[in-house]
Amino acid sequence: MITFESVTKRFADGTTAVHDLDLEISKGEVTILVGPSGCGKTTTLRMINRMIEATSGRIVVDGQDVRQVDPPQLRRGIGYVIQQIGLFPHRTIAQNIATVPELSGWDKRRTEARVAELLTLVGLPAEVLDRYPHQLSGGQRQRVGVARALAVDPPIMLMDEPFGAVDPIVRSRLQDEFLRLQQEVRKTIVFVTHDIDEAIKMGDRIAILQQGGVLAQYAPPDELLARPASDFVADFLGAERGLKRLALIPVSAVKAEPGPTVSPDDEGERARAVAEAFGSDWVVVVGDQRKLLGWAHVGEALERGRVGQATLRPFLLQVRAEDSLRAALNAMVQSHTGVAVRVSDGDRYEGLVTQELLTREIT
Amino acid sequence: MTDGPPTLLAAELVRWSWIGDHADDIRDALLQHLELTGLSVLAGTLLAFPMALTAVRWPRLYAPILGFTGALFTIPSIALFILLIPFTGLQIWTALIGLTIYTLLILVRNMVEGLRGVDRDVREAAQAMGYTPARQLFQVELPLALPVIIAGLRIATVTTIGLVTVTALIGWGGLGQLFITGFTLDFTTPLVVGIVLSALLAFAADLLLVGLQRGLTPWARTRGS
Repeated sequence: MITFESVTKRFADGTTAVHDLDLEISKGEVTILVGPSGCGKTTTLRMINRMIEATSGRIVVDGQDVRQVDPPQLRRGIGYVIQQIGLFPHRTIAQNIATVPELSGWDKRRTEARVAELLTLVGLPAEVLDRYPHQLSGGQRQRVGVARALAVDPPIMLMDEPFGAVDPIVRSRLQDEFLRLQQEVRKTIVFVTHDIDEAIKMGDRIAILQQGGVLAQYAPPDELLARPASDFVADFLGAERGLKRLALIPVSAVKAEPGPTVSPDDEGERARAVAEAFGSDWVVVVGDQRKLLGWAHVGEALERGRVGQATLRPFLLQVRAEDSLRAALNAMVQSHTGVAVRVSDGDRYEGLVTQELLTREIT
Repeated sequence: MTDGPPTLLAAELVRWSWIGDHADDIRDALLQHLELTGLSVLAGTLLAFPMALTAVRWPRLYAPILGFTGALFTIPSIALFILLIPFTGLQIWTALIGLTIYTLLILVRNMVEGLRGVDRDVREAAQAMGYTPARQLFQVELPLALPVIIAGLRIATVTTIGLVTVTALIGWGGLGQLFITGFTLDFTTPLVVGIVLSALLAFAADLLLVGLQRGLTPWARTRGS
C-alpha cells in the first residue's frame, strides 16, 4: 500500500505542482492519476520512487517512509515504465530486461531464466533477445519496457503514460494485454494518463487532479461517472459520461424483462394478446428448453393462424450476462425491435434489455 | 641497388640512398613521434574527462571551461613552447605539456556534447531502474557518448600528429627533426620523408580509432539494417 500524507511539491521557480495531497493507494489495484497537463500527475508518480523529492508531507510505502530508503535501493524495488520507454540503445533486449537483476547482484543463471520467463509473459519471441532496441517495432519495445520493469517481480509498478507513444490499434491491444497480465500478477500499479477513456478502462480507482496539483475526486470509475464531485470533474469526464458508464456496467447488473414470448405452436390470437400487454407489434419466439428462435410480426402470425407459420426473423445482435450495457445499447439501436435480447449458452433466452431499463440504471 | 629515379621531379626531391643510409634515424624519429602523440592525447583525455564531467554536472561552468581551453588553443604554438622553457627546460615535459594543452578544447567539447546528447528518457530510465550516479555514468552515459567522444579523439590525434613536428624547435619533434635536417642541409629528401610519414601516421591513427569505435559500439553497426 502507498499512502500520501499531506504531500506538497513546490519547484524552485515557485510553482506548486502538488498541493497538500492525501491519497491511499490499495495493494493489488490499478490506481490511475489523470488530469489535464500541469495537474502534477507525473510529479506525484515520481515522488513515490524519489525521482522528485516532496517539499513537505510524507509518502509511506508498505509502512516505510520513502525518505528513509536510499534512492537507488528504493527504485530497484519499484518497477517503472515511461511513455518513451527509455530502453538502453546500447544494450541488447536480453541485457535491457536484465538491468535490475544485474544491479541487484543476481547470478547469471537466475537472470537468464528470469529473462526467458518474462519474454513469454509479455509475449515476445526468443529471437529478439540478441537484437538492439532500434531493431524492434514500437509495440515490441513497449513490451520490453514492461518486461524490464517486472524483472525482479517488484510489488509496485509506476507507469507514466505507458501506451502514449503507440498508434491507437496497438494501444488498445496493449491495454487489453496489460489487464490480462494484471489479472495474473496483481501488482500495486500507479498509472498516469491524460486520457480519461484509458483511465476508465484500466483503473480500479481513479484520482482526478486539477491544475495546481489539487485532488478533485478519488473514486472507482463507476462512482466517478455516476456522481462527479464538481463541475471540473464533470467537464473532464466529458459529455458522453452516461455512455462511458454504460460501458462499465455488465448486462447482469439489470434484471431483464421477460418480454412478449410465445412458442411456435401458439395461435396468432395469443401472440396478439402477449404483444399488446407488452406494448409492441412483435413477439419473441422461444422453443423447447427456452431456446431462442427469433422474432415475428404479430400481424403476420394473425394472418397465418399460428406463430410458427409466420416468418421468423433473427436477432442479429444478442448480448450475454458478461457484456456491457453499452453493447446492449448498441444492439438496441441496430435492431428493428428496439430492444436487446439476452441469451446464455446454447442460445437460451433470458429476457430483454430495454431502453427503460438502461435509463433507470444510469439516472 | 641503383638509384633509379622514375621521374625528373622525384630526382630533384628524393635521393633514395639517403633514406637507406638514415633508416635508423628515421625509425627513431617515427617512434618519438608516436610517443609524443600517444602520451599527449592520453594526458589530454585524462585531463579533459574531469573537466567535461564538471561542465555537465554544473552547466554554468561549461562556458568558462570552454573559454579557458579555447584561450589556450589560440596561443601560437611556437610561442607556447618558448614560454614553457624557463619552467621545464628542454625536457620531454615541455613538448608534452604544450601538445596536451592543444588537445583539451576539442576533447572537452566533444565529451560534453557526447554526454549531453544522451537521450533524457534513457537517463531517466536508468535513474528509475536504480542505477547509482557513478554506475549510470560508466555503464549508460559514457557508452552512449562514445561515438562523439571518439570523433573528438580522432580530431585531437590528427591535429597533434601535425603539431608534434613543431617541438623540433625545442629538441624533440619526432619526424619534425627531419624538417630541421632538411632545412639546415638545404636538402629536400628528409622533408619529403617527414611529410609522407606523418601523413601516413595520421591516416593510420585515424583508421585505428575508427576501428576502436566500431569495436566498442556494436549496437551502432546494426543501424539502418
